[in-house]
Amino acid sequence: MAITVPRPSLNWRERMYLPAIIAGLAITIKHFKNMLFGRTKVTMQYPEQKWDSSLPDHYRGAPALVRDAEGRVRCVACQLCEFICPPRAIKIIPGEIPSADRFSKVEKYPQEFDIDMIRCIFCGMCEEVCPEQAIFLRKDYAITGFTRADMVHHKEKLLEIGGVMHGVVLKWNEKK
Amino acid sequence: MNSFLIVTSLLKIVAILFLVILPMVSYAVYAERRVSAFIQDRLGPNRVGLAGLLQPIADMFKLLLKEDFTPRNVNTFYYWLAPCLAVMPAIITIAVVPFGSTLLGVPMVIADVNVGILFVFAIASLGVYGIVIGGWASNSKYPFLGGVRSSSQMISYELSLGLAVIPIFLLVGNLRLTSVVRYQIENGWFIAPFMGDWLNPWKWLLTIPMVVSFMVFAIAIFAETNRLPFDLPEAEQELAGGYNTEYSSMKFALFFLGEYAAMITGSAVMVTLFFGGWHLPLPSWHHGFHWMLVDGSVPGWPGVIGGLFNIATFFAKVAVLIFIFMWVRWTLPRFRYDQLMRLGWLFFFEIALVNIFLVAAILAYFPK
Repeated sequence: MAITVPRPSLNWRERMYLPAIIAGLAITIKHFKNMLFGRTKVTMQYPEQKWDSSLPDHYRGAPALVRDAEGRVRCVACQLCEFICPPRAIKIIPGEIPSADRFSKVEKYPQEFDIDMIRCIFCGMCEEVCPEQAIFLRKDYAITGFTRADMVHHKEKLLEIGGVMHGVVLKWNEKK
Repeated sequence: MNSFLIVTSLLKIVAILFLVILPMVSYAVYAERRVSAFIQDRLGPNRVGLAGLLQPIADMFKLLLKEDFTPRNVNTFYYWLAPCLAVMPAIITIAVVPFGSTLLGVPMVIADVNVGILFVFAIASLGVYGIVIGGWASNSKYPFLGGVRSSSQMISYELSLGLAVIPIFLLVGNLRLTSVVRYQIENGWFIAPFMGDWLNPWKWLLTIPMVVSFMVFAIAIFAETNRLPFDLPEAEQELAGGYNTEYSSMKFALFFLGEYAAMITGSAVMVTLFFGGWHLPLPSWHHGFHWMLVDGSVPGWPGVIGGLFNIATFFAKVAVLIFIFMWVRWTLPRFRYDQLMRLGWLFFFEIALVNIFLVAAILAYFPK
């Protein structure tokens, strides 16, 4: 069934357009003036101003490897994050820790640990799955590069972003 | 023809074109972007240079360096001709507009022809050929529709544009634009006759048809320069950019330049006809209150400063009108095509026609 939309009958003042036009012009000039005198709140001017200081602790930025309080890379190259990673951004080549080493009972360490930041979706599953609390999502979000190769974070870069994480799990330390 | 006239004319042409019109066009684009942003609670271009003031220069380089692509099925000759035709009339028109009094004894008008306003209309209406030819030569349906719309719009608004200025020439009795300015210096601006015997109620009675005339003229100029609310030839939302859809690079930029140059010329003509041209009286209390005329007729430095002051006044008035153009553009939505035609033929044409008779009637009883 067709519905007839009733057309409003305009009075002569409305049909003249002019009052409406002047009202519209008044509204726009009000916005113009407020902006000119800085009374309008505008968006953050990004490169100069940043949200960084007010990012929440649970912010999911770039994933990074951390060291423990003794400066040891926490990652034991178990490759769980590599398997769980939905976009398969992580590539780990494990290496063996020589038996003479102080941490020889750890057995494995990551020889290479690459995260392809073009693929990474910042989901945080690597952090969730890690049994060693070795990988965390940090607050870095402006990941840029000129080539695809630039966008791959190698182990050094990941450790640099990650820094040191104190006193979370200390199971590989010598028994006291 | 003496050499002095030729040299001064050339100097005036170069100065007005390269020092005033072209910078004004590029900064009008910048102003448009800033004004629109401010009206919409944004900031607009503010990155290149201080407050984004170098943005027009960056834009110019971008447009110059872009690929100048000519589609395969266009009519090449007309396709190349159209952008030139779009920009040329707007710039030529400025030749007859007096943009200042005198500077070192040289009148500040490039060509003071005695058919002034007729010349303006004759040349300014050529601007539509750029759009029509561009739309047709593109060999594409949306540009074609844009071109057709432009021509019908021009015909409907040219009439009221021409009729709206007749009251002025009933008063002045001369088509020369410098005489219009001279008349306004003696008798006050047409929309506010505060000069001369300003207490005469007949003069104030005359301002009523003058304001009507100004409104009709201004709205017709909006339609003539394809500005919103009458930008149907462009109509991005329905015609994908209209007549300039197939153009790229500097050819597109010429259309763009032409639109803004037409806006500046339209404002300049409006200033000359209704707002006293370069005339801005300063109040003086020397020997009782009176309006002091500043112009370049005084010898020496005061004259030079006066002449420069007049030129600055003229372009300041033009800038204010350009701001109003932009203000209107970012306020009003586009008219529908039938509304535009109805407005042109059934309202403005009649209003302008009645207005002429009104002025004639007032003039007939105007006590000398």
